[in-house]
Amino acid sequence: MTETIDLSLYTKPAGDGIVGMDLAVEGIACGACIARIEGAVKRVPGVTEARLNFTNRRLHIAWADGAVKPAQILQVLEDNGYHGHPFEPLRAEQEEAIEARRLTRYLAVAGFAAMNIMLLSVSVWSGNVTDITAETRDFFHWASALIALPAAAYAGRPFFASAWRALKARSLNMDVPISLGVILALGMSVVETANHAQHAYFDSAIMLLFFLLVGRALDHAMRRKTRAIAGNLAALRGETAHRFAGDELVIVPVGALKAGDRLLIKPGERVPADGAVLGGMSEVDESLITGETTRRKVTTGATIYAGSMNYSGALTLKVTAAGGAALIDEIEKLLDKAASAKSRVMRLADRVSRVYAPVVHLTAALTLIGWLFAGATLHDALLTAIAVLIITCPCALALAIPAVQVVASGALFQANVILNSGDAIERLAEADMVIFDKTGTLTLPEPRVANSAELDYGLLQNAARLALSSRHPLAAALAREAATRTPFEGAVEEPGRGVRVTIDGAEARLGAAEFCGIPCNLGRESDGISHIYFSCLGQALAIDISQKLRSDAVAVIKTLRAQGLDIEIMSGDHCDAVEPVAQALGIARWQAGLKPAEKIVLIETLRDNGRRVLMVGDGLNDAPSLAAAHVSMSPISAADVTQAQADAVFLGERLKPVLDAILVARSARTLMTENLWLAAIYNAVAVPIAIAGAATPLIAALAMSGSSMLVTLNALRARRVKS
Amino acid sequence: MNVLIYLLPIALALGLSGLFAFLWALRSGQYSDVDGAALRVLSDDDIEGTPQR
Repeated sequence: MTETIDLSLYTKPAGDGIVGMDLAVEGIACGACIARIEGAVKRVPGVTEARLNFTNRRLHIAWADGAVKPAQILQVLEDNGYHGHPFEPLRAEQEEAIEARRLTRYLAVAGFAAMNIMLLSVSVWSGNVTDITAETRDFFHWASALIALPAAAYAGRPFFASAWRALKARSLNMDVPISLGVILALGMSVVETANHAQHAYFDSAIMLLFFLLVGRALDHAMRRKTRAIAGNLAALRGETAHRFAGDELVIVPVGALKAGDRLLIKPGERVPADGAVLGGMSEVDESLITGETTRRKVTTGATIYAGSMNYSGALTLKVTAAGGAALIDEIEKLLDKAASAKSRVMRLADRVSRVYAPVVHLTAALTLIGWLFAGATLHDALLTAIAVLIITCPCALALAIPAVQVVASGALFQANVILNSGDAIERLAEADMVIFDKTGTLTLPEPRVANSAELDYGLLQNAARLALSSRHPLAAALAREAATRTPFEGAVEEPGRGVRVTIDGAEARLGAAEFCGIPCNLGRESDGISHIYFSCLGQALAIDISQKLRSDAVAVIKTLRAQGLDIEIMSGDHCDAVEPVAQALGIARWQAGLKPAEKIVLIETLRDNGRRVLMVGDGLNDAPSLAAAHVSMSPISAADVTQAQADAVFLGERLKPVLDAILVARSARTLMTENLWLAAIYNAVAVPIAIAGAATPLIAALAMSGSSMLVTLNALRARRVKS
Repeated sequence: MNVLIYLLPIALALGLSGLFAFLWALRSGQYSDVDGAALRVLSDDDIEGTPQR
């Protein structure tokens, strides 16, 4: 049987007989990689373009249709020490890219207009206290109007549109006072200019738009960055499947699978889609789905789920649902319910703006009425009210939270944490309790050798090197111990039994006990530990393979507790497997054998008691509880559905990112609150001045830019990760 | 102050040309790979005769 890779799903015609493909590239370490990758790919005959985007680690290639096989290029990357994964940009990501570009254009126009108007305004202000003539001032004001009106009409569109939507829905949002303020200020300034007045507010209106757009662009940039990383991760995980096409086996990306496809699943592979077993016999490890570490025997007719690990034999599978579309019904129902409960949590920014928008309108209206009662003319009262509207508009407020979020998400990224949602930072900071799943979360996702310290080093190394030639998951665990990555030459794998090879004239065998000629009583039998045997020159090893704690789990749990967080374990695995883990970590409260529904009930009870739970889990069975928890994290090895539910995903083999995430989030939360207070103090000072009618354009400009700068500088402090 | 009549439009035109230069740069993708551009300047493979690694 020949194997070919079919990547036609990912190639896109680019006109003129050229086709293109995007790859997410793994293993890029430094700037030299750019030249190495592009050079190597361009040397493939037929390739017309190769361009690596270093920022998002993506390679765009184009070639004359038919001249190059896509698989060839993956091989070239592989030969140079990189892994390329075909990549399909998510629709949402493309839309966000367009939106980002539009926001940048608005920002550029507003920035240009603000600078030029300020140039004119500063001249007028200094002229007003020296010897400017009325004609020159009018000329400068008209020039300002010429710049400000088109610029505001263009750059103000996102605010006007959003305010209009809110008004149509008979509600108020932050954009309503903003739009009202900008439009009134510009309109009044035109009238004032026509009447040869001393003050015009073109600069305030445009500067307001500029600062607000900065806040919005920052907010957007962060969401886009996390989305791009999430897209890359999805591609890097992008597994392939062996699909039968007649008698041939074709390697296809999992994304191309359809219901009804027949697949071959070899031992050591993850099941790529839900399906029914057509033939073969094997054991599957469903710990990613149920949390249980005991393997299940499957044979013809059994249903297996995407994400299970196939252990011993090859299976033929008929796909019933591709792409993990069909979950176990129970989980899907629970997930829906839990997710709808979560949307009730309101973001800090929304809470503030809900209070703030009516207050702004009320203050402006009261100012108008107050001045009218005090005997001012309608013109003067209106002028003051508009000044109040402009001054209270939330420049600093609009920057206070996005700026901190951008800086904090950068710090989190360095700590190997990737955020799925922007407001996760706020909720992470509020957590007062952490609930861990066991399998794959507190323990490493793959099993490891448990008794390496008791074994002879030389023999273990031989065994580990021999294990490199096997695809069996237990052998893969053993192979991690190998000091060299070169397998023995001439190793033969006997499927379902083991591998053998001749080392220096003596036969060495690795595998099941009888395969190695070892009586079965060598290993200690206990739950959760599997054995693999090695024999060579009459010497024998019984190697224990079991789930192993993440290397820093004990220290991290201790520090989390010192931070005032309660720790609990909720596992779907059975008691005997959970107890030793809980003991090793010194966690007194643990529960085992929980079904997804039971986990949710426990979390909801905690929530009703006022606890804010951070749930950390990786299994498909954890997905509903992740959605039900106040905030959630999952390791990158987690099931797709689970990762999609998690507010943050952490990378690597250590548990420390969980701790770092909480620490960064807490300091970010403090900074957000500080920033909101800074903005409030600014208002407390500036608003009375405006109400008193003393807010000249100069004061407005100083107050607005001063407070915006202050909150931005304060936000930069979130860069420091405390550890 | 008559000099302002033509100085001001000149200043504005200069500013506008900067704005359009930025918008052009944005549209032609100059900002799509900010980190990469900083590193590409160090690579020598556009110089004839340098051995490629």
